[in-house]
Amino acid sequence: MSLPLAEQAPEPRLPAMTTTAAVTSTSPLDSSARLERLIADTLAEAQRQGASAAEAGASIESGLSVTVRMGDVETVEHNRDKGLGVTVYFGQRKGSASTSDFSAQAIRDAVAAACSIARYTAADPYAGLADSTLMAAQVANLSLHHPWALTPAAAIDLAAECEGTARETDARITNSEGASVSTHEGVRAYGNSHGFIGVYPTSRHSLSCSVIGKDGATMQRDYWYSVARDPADLDSAKVVGERAAQRTVRRLNARRVATCQVPVLFSAEVASSLVSHFVRAVSGSSQYRKASFLLDAVGGQVFPEFVRLHEQPHLPKGLGSAPFDNEGVATRAQDLVSEGVLRRYVLGSYSARRLGLETTGNAGGVHNLFIEGNAQDVGLLQRSLRRGLLVTELMGQGVNLVTGDYSRGAAGFWIENGEIQFPVEEITVAGNLRDMFQALEATGSDIDRRSNIVTGSLLIGRMTVAGS
Amino acid sequence: MSQDSLDTARAALLAPTGLSDADLQGVLDHLMGHDIDSADLYFQLSRHEGWALEDGLVKEGSYNIEHGVGVRAVSGERTGFAYSDEIVLPALTQAAKAARAIARSGGRSAVQAWARSEGHSLYVPLDPLASLSAEDKIALMHELDTEARRLDPRVKEVMVHLAGVHEVIMVAASDGTLGADVRPLVRLNVSVIAENNGRREQASSGGGGRVSYQYFLDEERGLGYAREAVRQALVNLEAIDAPAGAMPVVLGPGWPGVLLHEAVGHGLEGDFNRKGSSAYSGRIGEAVASEHCTVVDDGTLESRRGSLNVDDEGTPTQHTVLIERGVLKGYMQDKLNSRLMGVAATGNGRRESYAHLPMPRMTNTYMLAGEHDPQEIIASVDRGLYAVNFGGGQVDITSGKFVFSACEAYLIEKGSIVAPVKGATLIGNGPEAMTRVSMVGNDLRLDSGVGTCGKEGQSVPVGVGQPTLRIDELTVGGTGT
Repeated sequence: MSLPLAEQAPEPRLPAMTTTAAVTSTSPLDSSARLERLIADTLAEAQRQGASAAEAGASIESGLSVTVRMGDVETVEHNRDKGLGVTVYFGQRKGSASTSDFSAQAIRDAVAAACSIARYTAADPYAGLADSTLMAAQVANLSLHHPWALTPAAAIDLAAECEGTARETDARITNSEGASVSTHEGVRAYGNSHGFIGVYPTSRHSLSCSVIGKDGATMQRDYWYSVARDPADLDSAKVVGERAAQRTVRRLNARRVATCQVPVLFSAEVASSLVSHFVRAVSGSSQYRKASFLLDAVGGQVFPEFVRLHEQPHLPKGLGSAPFDNEGVATRAQDLVSEGVLRRYVLGSYSARRLGLETTGNAGGVHNLFIEGNAQDVGLLQRSLRRGLLVTELMGQGVNLVTGDYSRGAAGFWIENGEIQFPVEEITVAGNLRDMFQALEATGSDIDRRSNIVTGSLLIGRMTVAGS
Repeated sequence: MSQDSLDTARAALLAPTGLSDADLQGVLDHLMGHDIDSADLYFQLSRHEGWALEDGLVKEGSYNIEHGVGVRAVSGERTGFAYSDEIVLPALTQAAKAARAIARSGGRSAVQAWARSEGHSLYVPLDPLASLSAEDKIALMHELDTEARRLDPRVKEVMVHLAGVHEVIMVAASDGTLGADVRPLVRLNVSVIAENNGRREQASSGGGGRVSYQYFLDEERGLGYAREAVRQALVNLEAIDAPAGAMPVVLGPGWPGVLLHEAVGHGLEGDFNRKGSSAYSGRIGEAVASEHCTVVDDGTLESRRGSLNVDDEGTPTQHTVLIERGVLKGYMQDKLNSRLMGVAATGNGRRESYAHLPMPRMTNTYMLAGEHDPQEIIASVDRGLYAVNFGGGQVDITSGKFVFSACEAYLIEKGSIVAPVKGATLIGNGPEAMTRVSMVGNDLRLDSGVGTCGKEGQSVPVGVGQPTLRIDELTVGGTGT
């Protein structure tokens, strides 16, 4: 659980599929046909209201989430969400609107609102749809939809088994934040006035558990979760519960360490955050705004030679898989980094035009980015450290993408002579991301597949650890 | 709450589909036919707009409309929840059926006769989106862009975001609560990137509240944000590495109150304390901070970003003393947790939207002023950090560990400010850090209206504030020595 208080510019809500609301859909097939019609109607309405080009995205989703705490049901939530976003272009001027209401009147109103905004926005020579020749020729079936016929009663039983296992694992587990089971399925659609319309169904299921341990006066909490497109791929309730309990118990009696400079091993579950900072730094918008610590870095050595970052958008059942990006552009397998050298930026059509390049099919982000390195056994990596820090939790923001300055709260374990000595908390780890990526010494073979960024543990040669 | 807001809510939420109060009574009555302790219906209509300026041009604008109803049924510690984006009787009935499945059928509790919640009138029930013409909104954004670039040639990029929300909510509950609120909210933000000799630094500044866009024109507030963003970016161009290690820290007034939000606030939310998962659980009446600390949560401040006339359960917001002269006095409560803990609700039941469950959340959380002159506080430090602006923070309420990240800070040596330092994360343990507050300034200030708090995936607008204060030891996460 994270409780951030962030000071951020309000991101204008552009036509991502963000709006939440209910729907009384029956099956993905019905929903697919309904969304396809909705997109076509919306684009036709945009044309009728005078737009020279338009694009629209929509989604329908339904699901169930249950939480069991201390052996009893805490919540049963039924989720039914839908949303439509439309962007209209009048030459190089554009406007956007979104709604959760799919009625004909609501579509007319949303298009009218977008058109009204486009009367006031300035002409932007780079605005527009992605090139029509880049649209996905067909919507590949990536096996992203595996519905789970889970009744609330069965979900409650599963959550109860998970939490029960965690609470029985160790006598020091004295309290719980509960175990949750959730299942969601839906349909996503995107279309534009090139005539492209793509629709595909997706599903996502998860099982999570968070428990509290106590020793003396101090408490610690930790959690574990499993997430998959296909319920058959989820870890068992027992595994998730045991792992949550073990992670909590091993944190008990944590302490600070003295301020020092040591190698830092980021465990797989937190290492993906480092890579996500890298992705943002090489994304088109950071590049054209010159708001990146990796400006004009294509062709440059950004990691050691053994590192490859490879994007695999068509991975069956992949959590980040997508047949096309947020602009209808066909996604493709491609390197981002090979032999440690940055090969390209992460671009949608807008940032590509700004930079005089071609879109990389990354409007909306990367799809299943794999970090391939020297794949070392993580136990061996630990044993290779004479003195070092294993980080298993990171806290707070503390990342400046313009300068690369990195400073975050951390918890984990102190290592000496290759052995874990004691749990550590209330410390920070700091450095500069550009230097940290250069100082990457090893990648672990303990791949965590629960994220769109797929990596094992990452060992950074030297960072500043601030403590007592 | 004025009769007006209830009329406005009925007209906006119920009238379009012909729903009556009697229909809502019927749905609640139906819910209570099961073994349900309480139930409520939450209706919401919100309209949101956003404009973005970049490269000197307002190139993007968006408009978003969202409405629906959430149905909640509570039985003991169990909650059933469903929602619909169609505010019509069949959808409402269907959602109610799903929600009440949490409890066995049989048993019957009565629906209390409705009594209108006597909420506050803390802000004008206006539509901020219509409070300025599109031309004037764009002109304002251009004016800020021009000002930022005029101030210093090192300013290379300027981004301006303007956003407004008009939200109408209505709550009808089985306990007899009938509440409504019309909530305007505006926000303006300026971000700049400055460059000097190849070094680039960014900074941003902004503000807002439950007011019309005119607020940004009054007293040159919008221009003030542009000037402040430029000032900070130029300071950061000169920043040296931040120190690393434990040291005295002086926090400036206003937004650095994010300290209280993280180190104190979340840990005092009723749900965590009912469950015993907070580092502050079971500690009412104990000293949890130094005697210099009095901390309150106050949802009744006029026009503030974190203020509400009634909370999202229809309870009027209030001024709640959390810590008085260092002693823990009380928690922030919603209806569910207050009932289970046997205390009164404090008007802190909030939810992101009709599609989310309410839970105890902060409103405006701040520390009362002390007696010290701020200069005297800085002068008291032999070697330490003076942090005046922050990005955000985070807390682990169970271990009490919290972080917040400074984006403008200075090194103090021998009682004087000597140099700006780069951004760094500060980390501490909430109850420990608060007992180390040794000096509190006489300069209480609230933030400018920029805070958004996230909890269990739900975001709500909040406020923070504090006077200048000294903490004798916190860990500063820099890279310097």
